[in-house]
This record gives sequence, C-alpha cells and structure tokens, in this order.
Amino acid sequence: MIILELYVFILAAFTGFMVISRVPPLLHTPLMAATNAISGISLVGSLIMAGAQHSRLATLLGFIAVVCATTNIVGGFLIVDRMLRMFQRADKRAPTQDDRRDEAGRRATDKE
Amino acid sequence: MRTVFIQVAYIGASVLFILGLRSLTRPDKARRGMQQAAIGMVLAIAGTLVNHQILDYKWIGIGMAIGIILGYPLGMWVPMTAMPQRIALALSFSALAATLVGVAEYHTGLRLPEGISHAKAAALGFEVLLGSLTVAGSIVAAGKLQEWLPSKPLTFPGQNLMNGALFAFILGLFVFLVMQPQSQSVFYVMVGLAAVFGILFVMPIGGADMPVVVALLNSYAGLAACATGFAIGNQVLIIAGALDGASGLILSILMSKAMNRSFANVLFGAFGSQTIAAGKKAGDLQVRSISVDDAAIQLAYAQLVIIIPGYGMAVAQAQHQVRELAELVERRGGEVKYAIHPVAGRMPGHMNVLLAEANIPYDKLYDMDEINSEFERTDVVMVIGANDVVNPAARTDKSSPIYGMPILDADKARSVIVLKRSMAAGFAGIENELFYDPRTSMLFGDAKTSLTGLITEMKNV
Repeated sequence: MIILELYVFILAAFTGFMVISRVPPLLHTPLMAATNAISGISLVGSLIMAGAQHSRLATLLGFIAVVCATTNIVGGFLIVDRMLRMFQRADKRAPTQDDRRDEAGRRATDKE
Repeated sequence: MRTVFIQVAYIGASVLFILGLRSLTRPDKARRGMQQAAIGMVLAIAGTLVNHQILDYKWIGIGMAIGIILGYPLGMWVPMTAMPQRIALALSFSALAATLVGVAEYHTGLRLPEGISHAKAAALGFEVLLGSLTVAGSIVAAGKLQEWLPSKPLTFPGQNLMNGALFAFILGLFVFLVMQPQSQSVFYVMVGLAAVFGILFVMPIGGADMPVVVALLNSYAGLAACATGFAIGNQVLIIAGALDGASGLILSILMSKAMNRSFANVLFGAFGSQTIAAGKKAGDLQVRSISVDDAAIQLAYAQLVIIIPGYGMAVAQAQHQVRELAELVERRGGEVKYAIHPVAGRMPGHMNVLLAEANIPYDKLYDMDEINSEFERTDVVMVIGANDVVNPAARTDKSSPIYGMPILDADKARSVIVLKRSMAAGFAGIENELFYDPRTSMLFGDAKTSLTGLITEMKNV
C-alpha cells in the first residue's frame, strides 16, 4: 500500500513542478493564496477525526482542525477570486469612477 | 457503491486542483480555473462526508459553520496591502489542522489493539514535525510582516550551531519514534521542540528575505498535508499536498535566485544583521533633491516613463496615486510601464497584486528580463520606495554584499526620480550609488504625499 502511495506522491509532485514552474511572476501571489486554499484539503482528514468518535480528545482536536481547515478553504478561495478579478488587460478593463469622470471632463473640453 | 462515489469524488477533485493551478499560467483563464478548483474542493468534502467512519455530524457541522464565519472576512475584507501577513497566517491554519489531525491520529492509534506500525509512525511523525514547525514559524513570520515583532533579523552568537543541534536532536527523536512507535512522550516532546525550532528558524530572518521564507513555509504546510494523506491512506490529500509542496519549493528557489543567494544563505545567513562595512560610504557624495513642481514638469514632457515600485509603495499604500499619476502622464501622450523585480515587496508577486488592485492593466507590468533593455531609451524612471533592487553596486562592486544580484537597470535611463522617505540605507544596509548619480534627483517624503503633490502639479502644468 505504501508503495502505491509513494507512486501517487511522486507523480503528483512532478505534475506540480511542470505546471507551476510555468506560472508567470505576475500571478505568484494568487498562486500562493491558491495553494493555501488547496492545502485546506486537510479538512478531509479533520472531518473524519471530528466525526469518528474515537475518543473525546480526538473529537476535540478534529473539531479544531475542521474550524482551521474550513477557514482556510473559504477564506482562501474567496481571496484568490478577489485577486484574480483585479487582473485585467487594458482593453477589457471595466471603467472605474475615475475613468468616467475623465471621460466626462474630456467631453466638456471637446465642447469648448 | 459508497466507496466508488468517494473515490470518484476524490479523483475529480484532484483533476480540478491540477487544472486550477494550470489555469494560473494564463491571467485571463485564471479566475475560471480557480473557481473550478473550488468546486473540486466541494467534491472532496462531499466525498468525505459520506465516509462510513463518520458516526456523528454534530461537531463537523459546528466546526464548518465557525470556519465559514471566520473565513468570509479573511477572504473578503482583508486589504491587499495586508496580503503577506494574511497568507502567513493562513499557512499556520492549514499546518495547525494537519498537526492536530496527526496528534489525534496518534492518540487514537495507541489505543488500538494492533498499535501503530513503523510506517504509520513515520508518516505521523513527519506530519506533526513539519506541521508544528510551520505553525510556529508562520505565526512568527506573520508577526514580523504585521510589525508586531521586529522585522529586523534577531541574531545571537552561536545561533546556527544551536539551531543545528536542536534540529539534529528533533531528527533523532523522529528516528527513535519510527523504531519505537509506542513511545508517547517522545512523540509529544518532538511536537513541542519542532514548534520551538520553527520560532528560532524564522526569528533571525529579516523583512526583505520574507518572500523566501513564506514560500518555504508554504511548501512545508503542503508536505504536512501530504504526510496526513500517507498516515490515513488518502490519495487526494497526498496529491493536493504534493502540489502545494512543489509550488512552495519552486517559489522559494525562484526568490533565492532573484537575490543571487543560495537557499542556505537566506535561511542561515541573517542577511543585513550587521551593518556592512564594505561598499562605498557616501560621505563626500552629494545628493540632489528636487521639488514637486520640477518633478512634475519632468514627467509631463516625458515620452516613456518607467515606474519601479518597491516595499515603500506598499507601506505608504500609494498604488492608487501611482495609477492616477500614470494616467496624467498618458493623457499628455507619454507612455508608462511598470518594472517589477521578482523580490520587490514582502512576498512573491506582491507588487503585481497591489498595482492590479489599483486597476492598472497587467499588460503594463513587466518582469525584469522583459524591461531591462528599455531603460536606455527611457526619459524618466520613477523609483517608488525601492532600493536594493536598483542598486548598481550589484553589477559593479565586487565587495558589495548584493554583488551578482540581478537588478533593474534604472541607472541607464536619461533621468531618475527617487521617491524616498529619507536617506536611510536599504534593507541590506548598503549605500545606493544610484542616489548619488548626477542624473538622479531625490523627492523626499512619504510616497503617498509626494505622489498626491505630483498629481496636483501635473494637472496644472
């Protein structure tokens, strides 16, 4: 069994190296936030520990772990989404308040 | 049937995680991809919740509810400028979850009739060792980034020797635990000492080296999750943990490279702890300071302006003013580009996120290699709160501690305006020749105030 798990680990680590080394520096912070959110996968272990009724201590520790991991998943994916929403190309950028004000100003000048 | 569903859910989650990370290679696809990864997470959770080992859902429900309540503000309300400490804090959360599961698993295993096997002891030991180290280390890192703890490196003589000895001792305990899995006290002492080591390990590391450390802790947190997977025989944990571990490792290697320093040097060198005697002292050199109106005139007539942001911009939270000023330059027909050094700021990609937050389109942000050839034809370079990443001593002065570090060639531009609070040396404690260059003028003061002044003046030019 452990050999099978080592296979999984090694293949996943290779995939990770291949994929992640191509992430541009532009998105390194979102990448960190994303891996952080994904590491909330510890929730899988925490859930079982919190619900398996092994002992009172195990349930308590599992419960705290569930809180931590859920916080990371929710907070992590939300923050990644918030960040990635901000990365816009010049042509696709949503007009900001400033832009609209500028636009209005320019029109006013044109009329003059 | 149930097992099939669980396995399908886990495989689906693993695929979506990998695709999500792959989407981060393309800024325009990234958001969609990460949303899919979030769906993968929901799948993994759903798959776990039907596991027959779970007998009682009460604590699960309460725990997840609290987690959602805590996670929402951490995701939606934390400002982008606080991102480095936010990420360090999140690292400690994920490591804490892994550590607690490891401890609970060990505690439970001891009470089983068959005890704990050597392999399981190894996995659990690895999990709590890395987990506990990461929890303590990332709390210290978050404290330093938030400036609750001094961000200067804290060192004392014999530090590396002591840390080395402590680490060797912890490893010894680990080996002992694998041989004698039932020795409880060894297990708990190891958890405690790993936490102490985590604190001692991050304490001596200074603010500007934080990108490497945060990336490294990221890698450890991933590996701790991975070890959890080995301990409880869960493939999705192994895969997700390995992805995180790989990502953290790649980032920390990239960051060390961008400082031309070895990994070991960053971790054990306590860079900048002593004021470095080498390098030119600037007693007889003159700096030229410039008034806001003169700087505004220079910018107003420039064809190409390159802005180099640094940690100072983040501290002053001046990114919105930067954008406003850049738009004024653009309206007068000039072109504005942003040059981002890989280690500018306190974490990988820090500057990019701040500028994106200020609504600056990402196609104007350039990596060091892309933009260095353009400085020669640049009229004005504006350095905002950056120092060591534009220090020409890295190219010329062999005695300088930053010699060999790749830098942005700001000194090749026709003129340079440096926004800086005072003449204090940069993080590395080295004088920056660029500031004494005849083509350089200094605009002293808080970056936000200076930029606001420049904006007002630009409107009047």
